[in-house]
Amino acid sequence: MDDYKMMVNAYKEAGGEDVFSDSEVAHVVLERDNVLGSHEVEGLEVNIKKREKGRVQVEIEVAAAAVIKNPVHMCFGVLPEKGLQIIDMEVNIGRGAEIEVLADCIFPNASEVKHIMEAEINLAENSKYTYRENHYHGEEGGVEVQAEAEIMAAPNSYFYSVFSLLQGRAGKISFDYQADLDAHSTLEMLARIRGNNEDEITIREAGVLRGKGARGILDSKIALQDKASGEILNELTACASNAQGHVDCTEVIKDEATARAVPIVNVEHPEAKITHEAAIGSVDDTKLQSLMSRGLNEEEATEVIVQGMLKG
Amino acid sequence: MKNILEIENLGLNLGSNKVFSDVSFTISSGEVTAVIGPNGCGKTSLAYSIMGLKEYKPEQGSIFYKDENINKYSIDERARKGITLAWQEPPRLEGVSVRKFLALGLESQKKEVTEEQLESVLKEVGMSPHLYLDRNIDDTLSGGERKRIELASILIMEPELVILDEPDSGVDIVALNNIGTVINKLKEKNTGILMITHSEEMLKYADKAVLLCHGEILKKGDPQEISVFYQKECRDCEVDDYKSHREKRQQMQAEVKNIG
Repeated sequence: MDDYKMMVNAYKEAGGEDVFSDSEVAHVVLERDNVLGSHEVEGLEVNIKKREKGRVQVEIEVAAAAVIKNPVHMCFGVLPEKGLQIIDMEVNIGRGAEIEVLADCIFPNASEVKHIMEAEINLAENSKYTYRENHYHGEEGGVEVQAEAEIMAAPNSYFYSVFSLLQGRAGKISFDYQADLDAHSTLEMLARIRGNNEDEITIREAGVLRGKGARGILDSKIALQDKASGEILNELTACASNAQGHVDCTEVIKDEATARAVPIVNVEHPEAKITHEAAIGSVDDTKLQSLMSRGLNEEEATEVIVQGMLKG
Repeated sequence: MKNILEIENLGLNLGSNKVFSDVSFTISSGEVTAVIGPNGCGKTSLAYSIMGLKEYKPEQGSIFYKDENINKYSIDERARKGITLAWQEPPRLEGVSVRKFLALGLESQKKEVTEEQLESVLKEVGMSPHLYLDRNIDDTLSGGERKRIELASILIMEPELVILDEPDSGVDIVALNNIGTVINKLKEKNTGILMITHSEEMLKYADKAVLLCHGEILKKGDPQEISVFYQKECRDCEVDDYKSHREKRQQMQAEVKNIG
């Protein structure tokens, strides 16, 4: 089987849709620094340049006023047990353009894999960018992920991202996204991760609501068990009138897992407002017993609650 | 009718506080037994003890379900034997859809769930399947909506014994009719029902009633008689210390005996 088929199969096994033969769906399939497949649609331009070993530059341009009808699928990964993948990504969404990207990062056989993503995302006025990043790291915990992004959102633009890892091991994840929002732009940044064994998860989501009427939500949820550890450091700053936001850090732990949450809110204008909540603890007993009264044992009930929390 | 549940001299303390003691009664299949009493008399704690919540393990007495002592069984083991509880305040379950929640009760019994069953039980509680099946049981639903979904989840399970904890609390008048429908549906399927309530209005659905006062049974028997007695003696009861209450109760019990 060639690498392309292996990547597509791994992608499907991780829950991805079979879209790679659909001419109306744009896609990119990247294994380490090899482009195994790509397809563009009108209004979207994707340029991929190989740089030094293991490193690629991906440039995504969405033309002004272009509305990309179907979500663009990006499949990144490393197939062997050991490997390195560094992606430098630059995304430019033109004025009034709209795009949704589904990125799947899959490392099904990893015992010693490093995946580094450094992204720069620019949203022009009135544009909309939705980015859903799903990770599957296999069962060994041998993946180290460093994901960093800087987002610049022009007036009236909308940025939504969700980073999720809901199955298998997490390994080591360090996630750091920072957004700067101009007037009346909106930010929604979500992270949903579960860790087990000795996984280590660090999330930092930060936003600066610089423009008047900007809105921001930073919402991170982690479920940890065994000896896994998690840390959420979310920071939201409001600097202009009517800028409003909310920071939510939730961690559910069991066994010997440990968690830390630091929500930071800064308000630098008297007409701005930011709220926050942080919660760390075990699964709520009332919810647990409610499900157990339907016949689920404690483990099954906990799974329903944790999966629900991470999907919610 | 055959007794499905027999409670014998059940007693529970929480810390140093007595919650209830010497509670004995039976529930038959296809019948509604109401436990009525003012707030704080131990009704919900009794419900939790019967369901098997770990903090409410009784110190005295026995619970027999279908002639088997079930004191040793956990909440989920009791549920898989056919007992369930409709909670007074059903919790919010973030990210769990109504569809998933309704299906859980059957899936835990290794039974298949059909779309028709899901739609049917929602209609029984006056909810549109089209509008609700794919909604999550989170804070976008009101307490009344969650309560109806709770009742639908009981109907789909077809339990042999159900405990309805204050089924009328937090619901509107329309939903009150749905409660009557649910109770009748359960009775049709020969389910034994233990209804916990502080409202004499709800006694109209009961076949027999038990009046609980400060954790002890004051009177049991015909629901209408209990309703009249409850309205007369209990609703405006001003005795608030336990010792005086016990004396008053003993006096009333003696009067009841003399009349009988």
